[in-house]
Amino acid sequence: MSAEPSRPDPDELLAQVQAEEQQGKRGRLKIFLGYAAGVGKTFAMLEAAHQRKAELVDVVVGYVETHGRAETELQCSGLEIIPRLEVDYHNVQIPEMDIDAVLQRNPGLVLVDELAHTNAPGSRHARRYQDVEELLDCGINVYTTLNIQHIESLNDVVAQITGTKVRETVPDGVIDAVTDIELVDLPPDELINRLQEGKVYIPDQAQRAIQKFFRKGNLTALRELTMRRAAERVDDQMRAYMQTRLIPGPWPAGERLLVCISPGALGERLIHTARRLADELNAEWFAIYVETPDQARISQEQRDQVARSLRLAEELGAKTTSLPGQSVAETVMEYAHHHNVTKVIAGKPIHSRWIEFLRGSVVDRLIRLSGSIDVYVISSEAEPSTRKALEAWRPHRPWPRYFWGLLLVAAATGLSALIAPYISPTNLIVIYLLVVVLAAVYLGRGPAILTSVLGVAAFDFFFVPPSYTLAVSDTEYLLTFLGLLAVGLVISQLTALVREQAEAAKQREVQTVALYELGRDLTETAGLEAVTQTAIAHVGQTFSREVAIFLPVAGVLRAYATSAELSVSDNDLAVAAWTFEHSHPAGRGTNTLPEASMRYQPLKTMRGGVGVLGVKPSAPDRFLTRDQLRTLDAFANQIALAIERARLAEQTRQTEMLEITDKLQNALLNSISHDLRTPLVSITGALSSLINDQLTLDESSRRSLIETASEEADRLNRLVGNLLDMTRLESGAMRVKRDACDLQDLIGSSLEEVGSRLDDRSVTVDVPDDLPLVSMDFVLIERVLVNVIDNGLKYSPPGSPIEIRAHMAGAFVEIIVADRGVGIPPEDLTRIFDKFYRVQRPDNVNGTGLGLAIGKGIVDAHGGFISAENRPGGGTIITIALPVEAQK
Amino acid sequence: MSEQGVRVLVVDDERSIRRFLKASLGSQFVIFEATTGEEALAAVTANRPDVIILDLGLPDIDGVEVTRRLREWTQIPIIVISVREQEQDKIAALDAGADDYLTKPFGVGELMARLRSAIRRSAQAETDPVFKTGNLVVDLNQREVLVNGQPVSLTPTEYDLLRTFIKHTGKVLTHDQLLRAVWGTAYESETHMLQVNISNLRRKIEPDPVRPSYLITEPGVGYRLKII
Repeated sequence: MSAEPSRPDPDELLAQVQAEEQQGKRGRLKIFLGYAAGVGKTFAMLEAAHQRKAELVDVVVGYVETHGRAETELQCSGLEIIPRLEVDYHNVQIPEMDIDAVLQRNPGLVLVDELAHTNAPGSRHARRYQDVEELLDCGINVYTTLNIQHIESLNDVVAQITGTKVRETVPDGVIDAVTDIELVDLPPDELINRLQEGKVYIPDQAQRAIQKFFRKGNLTALRELTMRRAAERVDDQMRAYMQTRLIPGPWPAGERLLVCISPGALGERLIHTARRLADELNAEWFAIYVETPDQARISQEQRDQVARSLRLAEELGAKTTSLPGQSVAETVMEYAHHHNVTKVIAGKPIHSRWIEFLRGSVVDRLIRLSGSIDVYVISSEAEPSTRKALEAWRPHRPWPRYFWGLLLVAAATGLSALIAPYISPTNLIVIYLLVVVLAAVYLGRGPAILTSVLGVAAFDFFFVPPSYTLAVSDTEYLLTFLGLLAVGLVISQLTALVREQAEAAKQREVQTVALYELGRDLTETAGLEAVTQTAIAHVGQTFSREVAIFLPVAGVLRAYATSAELSVSDNDLAVAAWTFEHSHPAGRGTNTLPEASMRYQPLKTMRGGVGVLGVKPSAPDRFLTRDQLRTLDAFANQIALAIERARLAEQTRQTEMLEITDKLQNALLNSISHDLRTPLVSITGALSSLINDQLTLDESSRRSLIETASEEADRLNRLVGNLLDMTRLESGAMRVKRDACDLQDLIGSSLEEVGSRLDDRSVTVDVPDDLPLVSMDFVLIERVLVNVIDNGLKYSPPGSPIEIRAHMAGAFVEIIVADRGVGIPPEDLTRIFDKFYRVQRPDNVNGTGLGLAIGKGIVDAHGGFISAENRPGGGTIITIALPVEAQK
Repeated sequence: MSEQGVRVLVVDDERSIRRFLKASLGSQFVIFEATTGEEALAAVTANRPDVIILDLGLPDIDGVEVTRRLREWTQIPIIVISVREQEQDKIAALDAGADDYLTKPFGVGELMARLRSAIRRSAQAETDPVFKTGNLVVDLNQREVLVNGQPVSLTPTEYDLLRTFIKHTGKVLTHDQLLRAVWGTAYESETHMLQVNISNLRRKIEPDPVRPSYLITEPGVGYRLKII
């Protein structure tokens, strides 16, 4: 312990401030803690609630179980009660707290009875304390009740006292975060009295256990435990207070604990012990699991056990990690030194002495490497772990291999029999040695041992005098037998090890390759759509699962992309939304909504959550292994980054688009102000000249002025018409009203509309009489044709001819307008249909560059095409193609 | 017939438009003015005009409604002038009983032509048996159609169609009005039959069917028989 005078550590001060701040946002949790059912926790809670209500706090009852006790029920009256949610489970209605209703109601304080309660399957959270956490996160204060035996770390102790193990436990982390604990106490004698008076509610199925549980001795012990726990809590708070206010006192040393988790039942006990020790020392603690190549062969069950242990440790407040490493001891110690750990806790399964001798003991090595770190060893009876270790020994599909072992021995014996007359029996052993080596290398450990034993037996039986008995005359042969057996064991052990390491490496390699491929493909794809599709393909292939990616669209989470066969229900979406909101995995294989059909992994980057990845197994009983989960995590990271990148790229593109739109709008304004003003200038000029008495104009000048004004007025009118059309087209107000139309009529009508501007032109129209009626909006298409003809007139010299043709082209009818004008530069052929685009001309051609754009808009709306090409011999050909029949 | 003394009622709430109409038509017609629908209805009884030029966007009653109320008791020709260029607006006015429709802005020449044709139609005797325009002659009594002096044979439907146009010379007839008159009410909205018959009729009577001079298309609205 440090001898220096204590100073508040800046980090600690910061933590304190942050904790206080968090308390400000987060709701406060008060637990009414009792040592057994019936001490009056609910009653005390309701009493406190009434007091708060009197203080004008907005109190509601989220869930209170009165168990039909009149006094409790009476106390509930006068409080607002949120209706319960009836959860349907196998056609049984189970009442649960309606957490959404509470969140919606958003009261100042909510009462939630029985913190340790397990929710009905299908609820949002598996456990009620998780509901409470969510309420607290939303800034709602909560009053709740809890019995001491439900506290996770005291579970073992309580089990020792009462002889019954409670399954519904609450992680200590939840209790540590509690703002207040109120101890609800009742002397054991009174409790027993109440019980006998029938005032304590006991579920029917628990009646048998009751006698055992409600013994005075038990109750006294539990009561003491409860009081101690509450006192510890006070102590903690006091210490925290003293620390911030610079009150000198005995500071806990900066202890850090590390517990090594191993597969096997010992894991949980190790964690509980570590937690208790950490609590006592007020120390930070870590739980780590080291994956060595050896462990690639542990059973699925053991893997699950490790995962469970790590989860438990996390719930109890540990920092957990799982590390790959060659040797458990070295990896643990490296980690411990790196994290300034002061105490290491390890379990020691009791193996027989010779196994320990052969394989070495992790604990021994830990101690040897420990240096200044204390090592605590917890021992256990070896029962379940040895059985599992043996299971791991068994090779896959063993019988054919054993049979091969048998064959090898038979072959060796046959060969030996052939050459026995020529060489001494001692040398024959080399043949047996050979087959033992073969068996060890190719068949695995079991068959190798079998081969060794059988080989020894066969050799003894056939070739060691006295022959055809197992008796051995020369004791020297015993050494030979032992040697043979040892060689078989050692080689098979070595080969197995090598093979397993290779296997583990291969597995890792597969994962690395999968990850690499995902990374590569994601980098190569652009656009959100492609990125999500690539991600789904890779995740689906690597994990053999159906995949969905949920992304927020306009603030609401939606299934953005899914595997082909996957349909996403509202439920799935709800869980995904929860995951997204809390940035925490949910669904299958987690503690939150484990009933969901998928596992939901948040996709988050440094900037925050970008979405949710959902994976759904093909069969409901298949869970992801720890390795797979880690890979999935890595996948999720990569995908999140790729999605973020795609999103950013999209944003950049949108900004660019906006800039372009901006430019367009400027062009529009320039163009319009120019095009609107020019005719107005001419009209005003002409009219003001006419009205001015001082100007003496001859008849021809007057006439010319009047004509100018009139022409310019027409032009202005056309321009306004085009602008209106464009606006209608863009705002979607232009409706296509289809009718059967006669093309001849259409062309005639268009020419009529162009009217006098055609006067000096020769117009040839070639429309076959047998053209069918075409389904189109006569007025709109007429406008297109007028614009196209107008354009042809503008860009061709006066007096040059205009040709209009129509003919069938498959399911389309084509209307062709050809002029003998200047043509269009090839690079502009497609752009002339863009808005405000005008082919640059030295000569003074007026127009807004809207006519053809409107034409294209209208033709597109008809499901047709419009295109331009240069005409051989000079001029332009514009082709309008329209489907004869209306298309859907 | 002489246009002198023909009384024209101009109904428009825009002073500038009334002013320009009065200036341009005043030399040939007697002009009365009204600025609202109510004023227009009163003016029709008070001034007994021969033709009405009616704007649709009036401040009190919509022009279409004014047309409908007038048609309850008088067949006086109504020429609608409006900035509403959408076909359904034109059709609504024509179906309410208007004779013609001009979209603003319009040339005075065009307006004069429409006015004349409306006046002529109202003055024409119902029973005038021979219709003549350009190279087209139709003898309604003999059911005979001559183009350039040569008889042309029409199908009964084509003839009925032509006769309907002649009955309403110069007036815009909407698709529905034509279908009702020629085929009967059951065939409304069967525009393709109308299209085909118009097309055939044009081939038989028009000098250039692609650029017709008698049967003029009013895009999206209907047709009109024009007098040359």
